[in-house]
Amino acid sequence: MDSGLIIEKLILVAIIFSISLLIAMYATYFERKVAAWFQDRIGPDRAGPFGILQPLADGVKMFMKEDFIPSNSDKWLFILGPGISMFTSLITSAIIPWGEDLTMFGSTVALQVADFNIGILFIMGVLSVGIYGIMIGGWASNNKYSLFGAIRASSQMISYELAMGVSVITIVMMTGSLSLRDIVQDQHGMNWNIFYQPVCFIVFFVCALAETNRAPFDLPECESELIGGYHTEYSSMKLGFFLFAEYVSMFISSAIIAILFFGGYNFPGMDYFSGNTLAILSVIAFFTKIFFFIFVFMWIRWTLPRFRFDQLMHLGWKNLIPIALINLLITGLVIALNKGWF
Amino acid sequence: MQSLSNRKKVVSDKPMTFMEKIYLPAILGGMWITFKHLFRKNNTTKYPEEQRVFAPVYRGMHVLKRDEQGRENCTACGLCAVACPAEAITMEAAERVKGEEGLYREEKYAATYEINMLRCIFCGLCEEACPKEAIFLTDRIVPSEFERDEFVFGKDKLVEPMNARIDVTKRQHTGQRGTK
Repeated sequence: MDSGLIIEKLILVAIIFSISLLIAMYATYFERKVAAWFQDRIGPDRAGPFGILQPLADGVKMFMKEDFIPSNSDKWLFILGPGISMFTSLITSAIIPWGEDLTMFGSTVALQVADFNIGILFIMGVLSVGIYGIMIGGWASNNKYSLFGAIRASSQMISYELAMGVSVITIVMMTGSLSLRDIVQDQHGMNWNIFYQPVCFIVFFVCALAETNRAPFDLPECESELIGGYHTEYSSMKLGFFLFAEYVSMFISSAIIAILFFGGYNFPGMDYFSGNTLAILSVIAFFTKIFFFIFVFMWIRWTLPRFRFDQLMHLGWKNLIPIALINLLITGLVIALNKGWF
Repeated sequence: MQSLSNRKKVVSDKPMTFMEKIYLPAILGGMWITFKHLFRKNNTTKYPEEQRVFAPVYRGMHVLKRDEQGRENCTACGLCAVACPAEAITMEAAERVKGEEGLYREEKYAATYEINMLRCIFCGLCEEACPKEAIFLTDRIVPSEFERDEFVFGKDKLVEPMNARIDVTKRQHTGQRGTK
């Protein structure tokens, strides 16, 4: 492996890392603003013009708070919890293709840190590890509410991961590849998967809401019943990590939804451009889609009330999984018929 | 039974139709409602910069009035303290000496006059009890402080300054009380 490639990848990693953090940071600000707009309020507007320094103020506040570890907690696991949450949220961004190839200094730069041929499988795996952060954190707190939150989180994740996995398989069957880049390139121009798989999209979207612990599926942190759930005992930047991880994973989920169903960095009329113009436009198109889905996530949060836990399980096991399975079956049949296997 | 209010509604327990069961139309309807709120005028009053207009009967921070010549109206009779249901008012009376006729309207005046703003419930009974039209509740807001003892307002904060008279004509019922 030549050193140029390593440097190129390192720079890309640094850029993507900081962009993820920046977007997550401003997602917290934007969430408060969107909530305010939906409720006919103004929202944070004191720190800087339009309150754009609010995330910095929040960050400073988080760091200044007392870092408290309960005496009866399992100290190392207590510290490990938020770390795992944050790590797993960030690591998924490594395999997301951000745009068409860029030509710089005479070499072609792929705007993707690593093109795994099992990309989507990697994401599903990392998402499943992400639950350990919440589970370990909730368990190590030695608090009943935290434990309840952690148990809810893990059961919710297990139930929704199944339906999510099945809907991802549907897309993989259509593309014939697990690589995210192949999935994106298969949806060239306006040939997006959403037009072929609307049911699959709805299932995946609902599961993504549940996987990121967003309303209406935010039962693990349910303030009104569980006093914050798994992060009841957390304070200072450990709490910050948990909250931040939610926003990072919201960003990543939006990216994955855009990739799987809305053509990733493809945009209509992309054949008229080429070279670096195309690369930059494709990145812009991709981020527009991501921001739209982050907005939808927030929109749903401030519209729908929280589910009851049995309703959540009912929806997951009795509705979403059968729908996803039937959808998978029909897709399989159509593909088989198209290929003339019968 | 006959409805007396004309608002009676018959509640039905019909099983949900398929469209209702899949929830999506209802969810989209809800999202449409919240979306419409994006473009609505907000109801926020940015408090320190702009202030809401209060009703004339609003009861805020007290003021101890002076008369037209700038003499304090209060004679330290203590009726306000007696009337106060929260026992927020204390005062000490003193006798006016020669040369102070420009300061106090009558021979007796309040040497100290304190209202504990944390006890006060802003009922306005002190104003009602006052025979000299000395105390009024105004449309000013009691400012927030960091320490509890700063909420005990003495004469320095309560008596209206000469150069910034506070208008209480909206709350004055001159003639009805028979003092002036």
